[in-house]
Amino acid sequence: MSTYVNASVKKEHDLSQYKGVCVLGEQKDGQLLPVTFELIARGRTLADDLGCKLSCILLGDEIQEIEQVFHRGADRILFVKAPELQNFLPRPYQNAIVKLIQEEKPEIVIAAATTTGRTVMPLVAAKLNAGLTADCTSLTIDPDTKLLLQTRPAIGGNIMATIKTPQHRPQMATVRPRSSKPLPLDCNRTGELIIKEYENATFLTPEKFLEFIKDTTQTVSIEDAEIIVSGGKGMKNAEGFKMVEQLADLLGAGVGATRDAVELGWTTYPHQIGLSGKTVAPKLYIALGLSGKIAHLAGMQTSEVIIAVNKDPDAQIFKVADFAIVGDVFEVVPMMIQAIKQHKEKAKAETCALSS
Amino acid sequence: MHIVVFVKQVPGTDNVKMDPETGVMIRTGKDVIINPLDENALTEAIKIKNSRSDVKVTAISMGPPSAERALKEAIAMGADAGILVSGREFAGSDTIATGKALAAAVRKAGDVDLIICGERATDGETGQTAVMVANYLGIPGETYVSSIEVKDSSVIVKRTVERGFERVEIAYPVLVSVNKDINEIGMPTLKGKLKAKTVPIASYDASGLGIDSTEVGLNGSPTRVVKVFSPKLSRDTIMKRADGTTQPVEELMSFLISKECI
Repeated sequence: MSTYVNASVKKEHDLSQYKGVCVLGEQKDGQLLPVTFELIARGRTLADDLGCKLSCILLGDEIQEIEQVFHRGADRILFVKAPELQNFLPRPYQNAIVKLIQEEKPEIVIAAATTTGRTVMPLVAAKLNAGLTADCTSLTIDPDTKLLLQTRPAIGGNIMATIKTPQHRPQMATVRPRSSKPLPLDCNRTGELIIKEYENATFLTPEKFLEFIKDTTQTVSIEDAEIIVSGGKGMKNAEGFKMVEQLADLLGAGVGATRDAVELGWTTYPHQIGLSGKTVAPKLYIALGLSGKIAHLAGMQTSEVIIAVNKDPDAQIFKVADFAIVGDVFEVVPMMIQAIKQHKEKAKAETCALSS
Repeated sequence: MHIVVFVKQVPGTDNVKMDPETGVMIRTGKDVIINPLDENALTEAIKIKNSRSDVKVTAISMGPPSAERALKEAIAMGADAGILVSGREFAGSDTIATGKALAAAVRKAGDVDLIICGERATDGETGQTAVMVANYLGIPGETYVSSIEVKDSSVIVKRTVERGFERVEIAYPVLVSVNKDINEIGMPTLKGKLKAKTVPIASYDASGLGIDSTEVGLNGSPTRVVKVFSPKLSRDTIMKRADGTTQPVEELMSFLISKECI
């Protein structure tokens, strides 16, 4: 098959012709997604270290307020514009990005470890016979070789591995969403907008996008929640796990869970946090009866404030916690629920007093 | 209709030991299981097989010779045939090299309409290999699939994405990678177990697959692991011990209020 032959071509090509850093921004319904700005912040550091330009690749039809990309730190926008790119489909996205990379020859391409990034980047990497490292938590430039050092959790998160791509270009990686913060907005910053219009053949595919269905089962989506209450195996059973939900409900928080808790059927997969689930970075993360395997920590350790309750004083979760209570969740959590109820009553009484 | 399923043997526990010198995982022959999401993939293939009259299911695994056991298990669960991709030249393959080898194995399996695989394996957790295979076969690859509706000339898949689901229709041939919401993992059957004893497993090395050995293994892998280390974690933790009184929780409340968390 021709694709296979292409990919088998030996690439003894000149690596030095590859220059610049690209990040793959994301849009939905023409709105730029916040992950775009996180990627730009990551890319900015790399581009500055290499002394090169930072470009943001965007695919779509119409994109609103596209200049935000400059305001957040990119030098260039490479916008592949076509109605076929409005919704994500693997093949048209792959073809457009491959074409763009072949034209632009960036040294580094970074995408988000979202369902889009994690789908299209392996397709692009395979087509270009380039290296790709998934789910990186850290990306730096090696001061000596100028190679991209890609660090990711591996083997269930028990270890971290640093990976490089010495002989293939571009060097590519996906990074977990919410693992970095966008740069502050600078409305005076500007850049170069390049619109790429490719022939229809680029977008031909046996795939047909039918519809997007919003998930309404989660009352508070954990990706958007300010507070998350999360439970692990220490909640003992489905009945015990309800205490996690009860505390979450009281705080208007999202419910999170470890892989164990999901596999035991105490809650469903959309609630799973960690390497094989979602990455979250809420203002407050309350970890109940979970030991903090690295795989779980990888999905929540950038939370602003972390509270943990666990009866094992050596539980790893305590290492990332700001405030830890060593004790039985079935003793401590009811006290927490009581205290929060009282706190809310008090707050409510105060507002009433003010308004009356 | 011919369905291919990939099955990978993974360590049966999270407490995997690493060789501190090389950073390579120490794999003991005993404590291995089929990657759970691959069992979901297999279950889905068997489900499709049982709902139609014309379906053949082939399981493919890449690994050491002992990975034959995973293929026997797949047949016990209802697969019809097994192909093992095995050879020293594959050692050290990254996702690109693995993708090429598996694509070549699919070609050995004959004309294929549908490839179903687990979205990721519990050891590497990259989730890259499946779609790379799709690329090397020149067929579309759909990911994060939580339901597959099989029609005569196409499938309709439901993909679990951020904040919702997408429905996509794809004409055959197509590769889909599934998540755990797709089904409850099936069990081996007595008939299947008997069949597993008699069905021979075809085994191929790189030359058997018609691949140059420089295309696979470390030689065929663009990425290199340069360092392996234990993750460092640290925050200044305020530790309190539950003592039966409400004191620790009261202190926690003051802390949360001071941080403007509640």
